[in-house]
Amino acid sequence: MQYLLMIYQNEAEYAKIDTGTTQKMSAEYEAFTQGIIQNGNFKAGDRLRPTTTATTVRVRDGKTLTTDGPFAETREQLGGYYLIEAKDLDTAIEIASRIPSARVGSIEVRPIWVYDK
Amino acid sequence: MTASEIEKIFRDEAGRALATLIRLVGDFDLAEDALQDAIAVALERWPAGEVPDNPRAWLVNVAKHKAIDRIRRQIAFRGKQQALVHELELNAQAADEPPAMLDDDMLRLIFTCCHPAFAPEVQVALTLRTVCGLSTAQVARAFLIGEDAMAQRLVRAKQKIRLAGIPYEVPERDTLVARLDGVLAVIYLVFTEGYVATSGADLMRPDLAAEAIRLGRLLDRLMPDRTGIRGLLALMLLHDARRAGRETAAGDIVLLEEQDRTRWDHAQIAEGLRLVDDALRVPGRPQPYAVQAAIAALHARAPSYEHTDWPQIAGLYEVLLRISPSPVVELNHAAAVSMVDGPARALDLVDAIAARGGLGGYELLPAVRADLLRRLGRKDEARAAYRAATEATQLEPLRRLYARRTREME
Repeated sequence: MQYLLMIYQNEAEYAKIDTGTTQKMSAEYEAFTQGIIQNGNFKAGDRLRPTTTATTVRVRDGKTLTTDGPFAETREQLGGYYLIEAKDLDTAIEIASRIPSARVGSIEVRPIWVYDK
Repeated sequence: MTASEIEKIFRDEAGRALATLIRLVGDFDLAEDALQDAIAVALERWPAGEVPDNPRAWLVNVAKHKAIDRIRRQIAFRGKQQALVHELELNAQAADEPPAMLDDDMLRLIFTCCHPAFAPEVQVALTLRTVCGLSTAQVARAFLIGEDAMAQRLVRAKQKIRLAGIPYEVPERDTLVARLDGVLAVIYLVFTEGYVATSGADLMRPDLAAEAIRLGRLLDRLMPDRTGIRGLLALMLLHDARRAGRETAAGDIVLLEEQDRTRWDHAQIAEGLRLVDDALRVPGRPQPYAVQAAIAALHARAPSYEHTDWPQIAGLYEVLLRISPSPVVELNHAAAVSMVDGPARALDLVDAIAARGGLGGYELLPAVRADLLRRLGRKDEARAAYRAATEATQLEPLRRLYARRTREME
């Protein structure tokens, strides 16, 4: 099965962290990503720019409306994702628990919708 | 064969038959539907005298063929290639399964229903429905919600099993301990609701307590090397053994100090005491359920309320405060301290818990306070505390108990 692991973390708090800690975090992410590539679980993954760069788009009555900022104001913000292949939810949860941000933020695990062939 | 004999067979075998069917057909809903089909056939044939030697194997076998029928119909409607492959696999499987495999199926089912990806109340509902074989209406009554709402909750949970890929298996060694704790928590939740109901007219719900004990026995048999299970089973047996003494014929609460101890189930107490000894003999850190069972054992062994080993009970609560602290344990500890050092010392402890907050709406705090104030002769404060306790509970027998205590002070 495929799962999307969505990484939520408080942007404001993350911005306050010193460079040494962020460098260490980046190194951990690098090691984690290499690990799941080698195990064949990795399909895709990216880090996102902060929500201050977000634009939300809606079309109503044929008109495109854009608003500045994320879809919803929340305490933790979507900051990145991994798309993984895993045999079941337990494996997906185990992989999610090893994402470095799981220790400070939250990882939402969602199965990918598969259409019947 | 009579209807009630058949009913008993369904009750005993349906959970296990379902557990095996889920593995065979790979789908909760299909397995349940097929089992219902098989039960319908059994209800036609068994009363006429045609009863199989091994009812569970019979149910699994008939249900398996019913499942194949259902898959065939699906293929006819939607032409699914995958379903066809599954049908062939099903047909290839041998009719007779080794007994060990059937036990594994039951464990798989328990661990799937108690998966931490479900909210605790969903775990309890799924377990009662599929492992214990309660009807949706019975599960709805256990939760005091409507049958439609419960049916919807169960449908969503079974959907999540399928769509989110919750595995149908016993967890691997490195996660087994944590997952087993979750299973025990579900069983204990079912038991406590049976021991003292959250709300309603009845103090106890013996059917839920019995289901929890049944689950505990089953798990203890399936995983005999896991001592946490035995501690929980001992705890439940010892608490439940006092059932007949705990209420009057009219449904009023009889307090521990007033109970006629000859009405306790002494055979069940003996069984519980044997299991406690087993659970406590394990080397290493003591298990919380085993310590709670040890406390229940001291109560069960005591000839009377006065001749209870209160110092040891207070000591065991101190052990619990170290290994699994909670406000409930603190309150129980305070109540035990009141029997050793007197109610004034206990009241200090309770007031300290209240001052720290965090108990929120925990309803027993004012009740424990009220009892201590009453024993100290501080009547006005006791009356106020009983009023607060009455407002905090939705259980009718508890409200009547607080009213009685208030009257007795006049």
